[in-house]
Amino acid sequence: MAVSVETIAEEMYKMVVEYLGKKNLKSTDLTKAMIAKFGEAECTKDDCKHAIRQLIDSGRCVYSYFGGSFITIPHKEGAAPE
Amino acid sequence: MPDEKKKTPLLDELEKGPWPSFVKDIKAAAETQPMAEDLLGQLELSYKDKISHWKHGGIVGVMGYGGGVIGRYSDVPEQFPNVSHFHTMRVNMPSGWFYTSDVLRKICDIWEKHGSGLFNFHGSTGDIILLGTKTDELEPTFSELTHLGFDLGGSGSVMRTPSACVGKARCEWACYDTMGMCNEITHTYQDELHRPPFPYKFKFKFSGCPNDCVASIARADLSIIGTWKDDIQQDDAAVAQYAADGVDIQKDVCDHCPTKCMSWDGKQLKINNRECVRCMHCINVLPKALRPGKEKGATVLIGAKAPILQGAQLSSVLIPFVPADEILDTLKELVSRIWDFWGEYGNNRERVGELIQRMGMATFLDAIGLDPVPEMVSAPRDNPYIFFRKEDEVPEPEEGAGEPKQK
Repeated sequence: MAVSVETIAEEMYKMVVEYLGKKNLKSTDLTKAMIAKFGEAECTKDDCKHAIRQLIDSGRCVYSYFGGSFITIPHKEGAAPE
Repeated sequence: MPDEKKKTPLLDELEKGPWPSFVKDIKAAAETQPMAEDLLGQLELSYKDKISHWKHGGIVGVMGYGGGVIGRYSDVPEQFPNVSHFHTMRVNMPSGWFYTSDVLRKICDIWEKHGSGLFNFHGSTGDIILLGTKTDELEPTFSELTHLGFDLGGSGSVMRTPSACVGKARCEWACYDTMGMCNEITHTYQDELHRPPFPYKFKFKFSGCPNDCVASIARADLSIIGTWKDDIQQDDAAVAQYAADGVDIQKDVCDHCPTKCMSWDGKQLKINNRECVRCMHCINVLPKALRPGKEKGATVLIGAKAPILQGAQLSSVLIPFVPADEILDTLKELVSRIWDFWGEYGNNRERVGELIQRMGMATFLDAIGLDPVPEMVSAPRDNPYIFFRKEDEVPEPEEGAGEPKQK
């Protein structure tokens, strides 16, 4: 049975939190990790796309730009003046 | 109006000379905009210190989007508080850059209300660039722009805002509807435009003819350049009229033909169309006498980029000819395969052209399911990535059969 988009989103969120400050994760990194975890038959690229969209639209994750675009959790901008 | 004007002797040098000066424009804006006044101050400091005082990137943006806003902060906010935040917003321009003056005034009003009032019309990808605003103003600006019918463009690892030449709207050489195609692709790939899914940026550019007015062959990851398959349409009487009017057909047309496929005997221009490479030179010089052929379509090329991380690269031919009414379906089919391959094997910040260079064109073609064809070879006997087997050779035709010779 296919894994639900909500479950994929939750797993992605855990991964983003786990890697915070260690490695910037791109959407392709999250997608590859989920397909490796659940298997291609249970978790498609399209499911991953929807899961990322859910994380971003809910505000749990945001996109960041540091030379490329990454997915992270919302935080106070380091470069922003006090 | 700012109380005290900052002295800018280094920037003042850039106002000298006959050419337009961005310093002059920013000074004009500084009469009413404190942001512009502080921008001048920080720029002067950068010229003095010989380093940028901008911090770039971060997480600023509008809700749900991963592109369209480029975060910028001053690293000397105590000296220039009005530009402590100075984010750029990229706005998706209309296809072919057609505006009404009313819409332009409204965009200006929005930006004077929420930002610095400074623009680039347009950035190198073609977007309207709104220069300088604070984080709190991003959402209100976005909201007003969307009510006016505009959306943000692309930034970061997304499909960048597709751009097109004016095409059939104003140009008689357009071999397909570039503006329609640009609009279709923009709407089809909204997700890829706003939510970064790629290793790096990906640009589409649509040129209606080989004059390539949007420089797609030099800048776009996927260039779609209009062309024709049959013979150049020729009006002999008009050619003769050009000659009578003083155009030196031999010197100005034939001698500049890159394949020397034309000859002029003083009365008639003869074109060996099989040798023509569609450079457009003769058509540009004799526009009333020569026209592109009737069987129109486009050549699809891949892999151009401007120099950022590595050097500049021009596109390579991917599909030599797609009939005009099949371009959209062909692109949709092709793009999904290209993006799959790039997503799988592309490194962070690696353009698709760089990936092809790293892995080899043969591997790439194999992965996206295209067969190599001779038109992909940009310089015969010089491209190491495609090898034709002996059994693939076409027998040399008999004299006068009209087929190109197999080398």
